[in-house]
Amino acid sequence: MPTVVVAMSGGVDSSVAAALLVEQGYNVIGMMMRLWSEETAPGLTGHNRCCTPEQMNDARRVADMLDIPFYVLDTRDVFRHKIVQFFIDQHAEGLTPNPCLACNMHIRFDWLLKNAVALGADYLATGHYARITRSADGLFELRKGYSLDKDQSYVLSVMGQEQLRQTMFPIGEYVKPQVRELAAKFGLPVASKHDSQDLCFLGDGDYRRFLREHGPVDLFMAGPIFNRHGEQVGTHDGLPNYTIGQRKGIGISGSGEPLYVLDLDRQRNAVIVGTREELGRDTLIAGRVNWIAGTPPDEPIRAEVKIRYKAKPAPAMLEPLSDGQVNVIFDEPLRDITPGQGAVFYADDLCLGGGLIQRVERLELLAKPH
Amino acid sequence: MPDRFIYLDHSATTPVDERVIAAMMPYFSEIYGNPSSVHRVGRKAETAMEDAREKMAKILNCRPSEIIFTSGGSEGDNLALRGVGLASKQLGRGTHLITSPLEHSAISRTAHQLEDMFGLPTTFLQPNRAGSITPDMLREAIREDTALVSLMLANNEIGTILPIAELAAVAHEKGAYFHTDAVQATGQLDVDVQKLGVDLLSMSAHKFYGPKGVGALYVREGVPLVPSQTGGSHEAGRRSGTHNVPLIVGMAAALEIAYAEYDRWIPHFTDLRDHLIEGVLAAIPDVELTGERHNRLPSHASFVFKQVNGNTLLMHLDMKGIAGSSGSACKTGNPAPSEVLLALGYDHDWAMGGLRLTVGRHTTHADIDIVLDVLPKVIEGVRRFSMASA
Repeated sequence: MPTVVVAMSGGVDSSVAAALLVEQGYNVIGMMMRLWSEETAPGLTGHNRCCTPEQMNDARRVADMLDIPFYVLDTRDVFRHKIVQFFIDQHAEGLTPNPCLACNMHIRFDWLLKNAVALGADYLATGHYARITRSADGLFELRKGYSLDKDQSYVLSVMGQEQLRQTMFPIGEYVKPQVRELAAKFGLPVASKHDSQDLCFLGDGDYRRFLREHGPVDLFMAGPIFNRHGEQVGTHDGLPNYTIGQRKGIGISGSGEPLYVLDLDRQRNAVIVGTREELGRDTLIAGRVNWIAGTPPDEPIRAEVKIRYKAKPAPAMLEPLSDGQVNVIFDEPLRDITPGQGAVFYADDLCLGGGLIQRVERLELLAKPH
Repeated sequence: MPDRFIYLDHSATTPVDERVIAAMMPYFSEIYGNPSSVHRVGRKAETAMEDAREKMAKILNCRPSEIIFTSGGSEGDNLALRGVGLASKQLGRGTHLITSPLEHSAISRTAHQLEDMFGLPTTFLQPNRAGSITPDMLREAIREDTALVSLMLANNEIGTILPIAELAAVAHEKGAYFHTDAVQATGQLDVDVQKLGVDLLSMSAHKFYGPKGVGALYVREGVPLVPSQTGGSHEAGRRSGTHNVPLIVGMAAALEIAYAEYDRWIPHFTDLRDHLIEGVLAAIPDVELTGERHNRLPSHASFVFKQVNGNTLLMHLDMKGIAGSSGSACKTGNPAPSEVLLALGYDHDWAMGGLRLTVGRHTTHADIDIVLDVLPKVIEGVRRFSMASA
C-alpha cells in the first residue's frame, strides 16, 4: 500500500482523516508543523491557537492510538518569513490579506509536501473539506467538500496539478456531523473538540493586536477620514483598524446616512468613507491567478466568484488579461470587495482557480482634500 | 515498517531491570506506609528506605546522611546550585558561580536564573574542541568570591569525561565547593565521592536501569544548603515531600546491580561503541566524532554530519526502526542548533546535524551492523533532499 503523510493538527478533522487512511490500509505517518509560538508572560505560552503544546499532545495521542509514527516539524522560520511577514506587509499597504491562502501555497503544499516526499511518502493528506476528482482527459480537479457550510476549497485554490496529484482529502466526502460520528466511532479522544479557527497564529483572533505587537511602529499612525468630496469628517487611529465595507466603529457621529469604509489610502494614510451606494462595485481585477487546470481559458467565461472565504458565490464574467490577471465583472455590484483577499472561481462545485484581489483603480476623490 | 526496533538512546533512558521491578513491588500496596509515620507499617517503609540509603552510601563511599533523595537529575542539579548559591548569599559569603556551556540545561538555565533574578554572577568556562575542561582553565576563572563550581562528570551530548578529581582540587584551593552532575556517568564510571573529591553529586535512577522520577543528591556534611522545596522537613529539612519509597528502593537496587555487574557490562558497551564509531567514520563522508575518542562514556557515540538536519535524520531513522537522538529537544519541533556544538566551535552548517547513539545491555553486535548498513543510506538521502530544497 502507498505511504501517506497526514498533516495533523490535533483537531477532529485531521484526526479522522488519519484514522480513515489507517482503516483503508495505507501506510500512514502523522506530521505536525510547529508554525508559530509567542510567549506572553513567564510560564505562559502563547496567544496562538495552533500547534500549542496541548494540540501537539492531542495529535500525538491520536497517532499513538492509531499506532502510526508521529513527528513534529519545526516550520517556524519559513512560516515567519513567508506568511507572517506577508500578512504584516500587506496590511502596511492597506490590503487585507488571507494568510491561509499563502500558507497553503508556500507551506502546506510546498514545504510540507516536499518533506513528506523526502520521508518516502507517496501522498500528503490533510483534514480539509474539499474533494479531488479526475476529468475525462486525466486532469486533477479540485471540488467543494460535500459539507457546503464547511467547504474549504477557497483556501485550496492555490493548488496546481502537481500538488493535487500527490494530495488526499479523506474527509471531503463527509459533512461535519459525520466526521464527529466517525471520531466517536474510532474512539478518538478529540471527538468533542471545538472546530479549529482560521488565522491560527493570531490566538485570540484579534489581528489588530497582533499587528500592533509585530508590525512596524508606524502601522497604526492616526490620520484623517475623508468623504469623497475631500472633506475631513473625522480622524482614524490606524489603517489596519478598518476594512473596506465596514460600517460600525468608524467613529463618525452625525447626521444622515450611515457611512461605510470605501477605501484605505496608504499614501495619504487616510480612510475614505461614503454611503452605501458609493460602496457597491461590479468589477475587480484578480492578480497572480492560478488556474487549477494549468492554463487560462482562451476566451471569457461565466463563473461564480467568491470574494472571501465565507462569501456567497456571485455570478460573474471572467476575462483573462495578460500577465496572469483576470478581469472579473459581476452581474450585480458587490459591497465588500476587499483588496488582498482571494477571488476564487467556480463552475458549480468545481474550483477553477483564483487570484488575489488587486487594488483597483484608486477610488478618486471627487475633490482634492481641503 | 521494519521488524526489529533498535534502541540506541540509552542516554535518554533505560528500561527498568526486572530485578529492580521485583524489589519495588512490595512497597506499593503491601508495605505502603509513610516513612514519617509512627506506626508499624510506617516503620517498615522507613526501614526499607534507610536500607536503600545505606546501600547507595556504600557505592558512593559516603555517609548515608549525606544522601538526599530527589525526583531525579534536574531536581538534584537545581538543589545543588540554588541550595549552595543562595546559602552563600544568605551567609554573606561570595556568590560567584562557575560552570560551562556544556552542562545540562538543569544547570545552565538555573545558573542564568540565579544570575538574572538573584544577582549571583556566573562564569561559563570555554571548553576545548573535544569538550574537555582542564584544571588550568578553571584556575584562570576562579575567584576569591567563587562559591560553587559545577561541572559534569560525563557529558550527555558528546560523552566526554572531565578530570573531576583535579578540577575539584582547584576549587578547594580557593575554598569553593564543587558539584558534579553524574547523571550520565552513574552506572558506567566510578562515583566514589572521596576519590572524585566532590562536595555534591547528582544522579538519576532511570539512566542506570532504575525507575523514572527518582534520583539522589550527595551533599558532603557541612556544606550549607538552602532547600528549594520547603514543607514537612523531610530529608533533614533539605528536601520536603513524602518519600516515594518504592522508587527509592528501586533506585538502590538498580545502583547495586550496575556496580555488581560492572565488569560484565562495561566491556560490552565499550566494544559496541567502538564498533559503531569506527564503522560510521569509515562509511560516511563529512562526519566528525564529537567529544573525545577514548576518554568518553563507554555507552556513548556521538557525531555531527555536515548539512544534515538532526531532526530530519531522527525521523528517517525512526522510520527504519532505529531510535537515536540529537542534541536538541526536537520532539516539540524546536530544533535550534545544539548549544553544546556551538560552544565547541561547530558552525551552523554542522551544529544542526548532531546524532547521539548510546548502546545498552540489550544491544547486540548485529544491531550495530544493521545501523552501519542503514545510516549511510539515510544520511545520503537526507543530504540529497536538503540540497534540493535549499
